[in-house]
Amino acid sequence: MARTVLVLVGTKKGAFILESNGARRAWALRGPYCDTWPMNHVVGDPATGRIHAGGGNEWFGPAVWQSDDLGASWRHSSRGLAYAEGETPVKTVWSLAPGPGGTLYAGVEPAGLFRSDDGGESFTHLDGLQQHPSRAEWNPGGAGLILHSLVLDPEDPDGVWVGISAAGVFHSADGGKTWSARNRGTRADYLPEGQNYPEHGQCVHCVVKAPGMRHRLYQQNHCGMYRSDDGGVSWASIEQGLPSSFGFPAAAHPRDPDTLFLVPLNGDTAGRFMPDAKAAVWRTRDGGANWTALRAGLPQQNAYFNVLRQAMATDTLEPAGVYFGTGSGELYVSPDEGETWSRVAEHLPTISSVETLVVEA
Amino acid sequence: MPADPQSSPRAPVRVRLPAHLVRLFPDGETLVEVVAGDVRQLMDALEARWPGMRDRLCDERPAIRRHINVFVNGRRARLDTPLVPGADVFILTAISGG
Repeated sequence: MARTVLVLVGTKKGAFILESNGARRAWALRGPYCDTWPMNHVVGDPATGRIHAGGGNEWFGPAVWQSDDLGASWRHSSRGLAYAEGETPVKTVWSLAPGPGGTLYAGVEPAGLFRSDDGGESFTHLDGLQQHPSRAEWNPGGAGLILHSLVLDPEDPDGVWVGISAAGVFHSADGGKTWSARNRGTRADYLPEGQNYPEHGQCVHCVVKAPGMRHRLYQQNHCGMYRSDDGGVSWASIEQGLPSSFGFPAAAHPRDPDTLFLVPLNGDTAGRFMPDAKAAVWRTRDGGANWTALRAGLPQQNAYFNVLRQAMATDTLEPAGVYFGTGSGELYVSPDEGETWSRVAEHLPTISSVETLVVEA
Repeated sequence: MPADPQSSPRAPVRVRLPAHLVRLFPDGETLVEVVAGDVRQLMDALEARWPGMRDRLCDERPAIRRHINVFVNGRRARLDTPLVPGADVFILTAISGG
């Protein structure tokens, strides 16, 4: 069966879609969509084919946009996407996750979680995060107090992990009513000596779920790369062998729980661009014990770009495609699990997010 | 003596909406007349006509969004600003961007 691969790109000035066939060699770009609003996360629901785009406009506030025709037409809603009267208003949507049965979760700034039971037409606030005992101590990261990582447990409809900068990772086993911090073993280098492993307050940058192993997660943190094999209860460093401990995105393989892709940057106080200005995606095939730099086709001089926290993804094909977008508006594609790369778009606005959707042609 | 439309309680106010707001709504119009006693009621009227428009202009404090300006007869208004019949209302987006 012929398949169409869509790369869903969220940028500072609208959403874009790149489209190819299963070979993933030739790509066509279309957009900008969503009236050029800043779009922090654009995702596809493989069960329905619906595309959701979450973001916010400085004038008009937060909204989730929907397309049922692969981007040809869009509508938007923010019905219910608001905190209680008198609270600091929701500024923008940062993360989206389609769940079973037409549910859609939305993470927002300032950090909070909403759920839609009608595919994004209306939302209900899950206020458990606001009730967490540590809530008053959460401090914003560089991009604000944002709920950017939203990971649904495919084997537990009530299980969800979130990553909040800079509050850390939290898990709910009851669909968002109550939460527990899941940060043991992750460092906070910016705290005083002796206080570097707090219960919460870590600057998590990205959390992803490994496929096929229920309790395995990976995390790119401001301070290191980590793996958890117990659903985030404890984390072990996997940064040895990488050029730095700093980066933003992480992308899991669609089938192999031991394969992970990262984009280490040169350091949080060193410019936050590619180490030595030479671009590389780093891949492990053994859960983080060993790392390989993947550079074929990526610029090896003057690469002063970054890759933001939601701007790398894989697809579901065999071999898996890997995709990342840069702060300088370039999109790179590998159709062979990172072995070779090509630049398929340039001069886009700053890329905030990259996701994929594979549909039957 | 004919009634003065400016003093009639049923006289509408005239509202000008920014084009980049209107294009977010099917059948939106940049010039609309509504009956409202204050800006809050004006927002309610816009919401009734184009569901979702109030959320684009107001937040949950509740207040007019930070980068939206509402002018009533030339003066910057808040949600509780009264509207006299026949008032001219401009809803504008602030300078913002990059």
